[in-house]
Amino acid sequence: MAEPVSVAAEYLAGSRARAARTVLGQVVLPGEELLLPEQEDAEGPGGAGERPLSLNAGARSRVRVVCGPGLRRCGDRLLVTKCGRLRHKEPGSGSGGGVYWVDSQQKRYVPVKGDHVIGIVTAKSGDIFKVDVGGSEPASLSYLSFEGATKRNRPNVQVGDLIYGQFVVANKDMEPEMVCIDSCGRANGMGVIGQDGLLFKVTLGLIRKLLAPDCEIIQEVGKLYPLEIVFGMNGRIWVKAKTIQQTLILANILEACEHMTSDQRKQIFSRLAES
Amino acid sequence: MFMQRGLDSETKKQLEEEEKKIISEEHWYLDLPELKEKESFIIEEQSFLLCEDLLYGRMSFRGFNPEVEKLMLQMNAKHKAEEVEDETVELDVSDEEMARRYETLVGTIGKKFARKRDHANYEEDENGDIKPIKAKKMFLKPQD
Repeated sequence: MAEPVSVAAEYLAGSRARAARTVLGQVVLPGEELLLPEQEDAEGPGGAGERPLSLNAGARSRVRVVCGPGLRRCGDRLLVTKCGRLRHKEPGSGSGGGVYWVDSQQKRYVPVKGDHVIGIVTAKSGDIFKVDVGGSEPASLSYLSFEGATKRNRPNVQVGDLIYGQFVVANKDMEPEMVCIDSCGRANGMGVIGQDGLLFKVTLGLIRKLLAPDCEIIQEVGKLYPLEIVFGMNGRIWVKAKTIQQTLILANILEACEHMTSDQRKQIFSRLAES
Repeated sequence: MFMQRGLDSETKKQLEEEEKKIISEEHWYLDLPELKEKESFIIEEQSFLLCEDLLYGRMSFRGFNPEVEKLMLQMNAKHKAEEVEDETVELDVSDEEMARRYETLVGTIGKKFARKRDHANYEEDENGDIKPIKAKKMFLKPQD
């Protein structure tokens, strides 16, 4: 891990912008500027000399690029704002360019529109609930934002309940607002999370790792015993199993698996399977 | 002036212009050169949903919560179905079978609505097939 960082530091000392394509998968530090593919021809190091002549030299095709979390637009380049590894996703279909983002790690959640989170109801005032989502201020949740809720048919939500919902408004200028229905008015699993179970907090990066489509940890956990898990993008996980002991084992596994290698994990699972 | 209730239209216009001048002098404005907003082709998004394909956040295993397990299939399939959009509708009944059914259907339903006199048209052959319809007996005018 020390090597890529020292290489990055050298570059920073020279303050030359690197091409984003060459840095994929490497550690980037805040303050670095990255060049997008189209700009490499003119501004790359050692530009003059052997460059293939393109037929339409004048017109550079402007491809729309999305800069994701950890990156900002800085003129025509990308500016890194978080330290982590640079990632890229090719566009599936339609508009080209793809997405660049920085795979960073943090514990503090910042509300983002569209994220599904687990919140705790802290107050009930009039027509809205105040829900703590782990951000800088509590989100507001209207009582009409539940499936089948009308002015007469109010949802059964008490202070202290756990809510699984998504943000509809989340920016730095306004109070975050969340709802428990989707754009069609269906709940889709959102709403009050049932009784019992255990809520605990993990890092944001672990949530994304566990929710990846090919996550082995979740597949192995699912074979242990009947259980239910809810993942909130704000770093909160709620688990429930048939007995308290099983619930606690599950919570401990999920918390610890961030720092375990896959071999250590398999050892623990095999030990559990025996007992 | 003759039949003049209000001000003249010209005087009105002059007064309006003067008012506008006064108002625009009072309005504050920034004395800066116009900044051209370049059409940028980089879009900023703070959400991880675009970057990584993440699964649905609620999970249940080994039948602990059947509703959530149903939801898991639904939501994760929806996520994959968005990529594969070509789906041909499977025919339940083939065209040939449809034609055969129609053939027999016409006769049986027709029988229901036929009057007594028309029952002759629907008599069945030895094989059970309906006989071809005979020409109707019409009035023939005598030829003297």
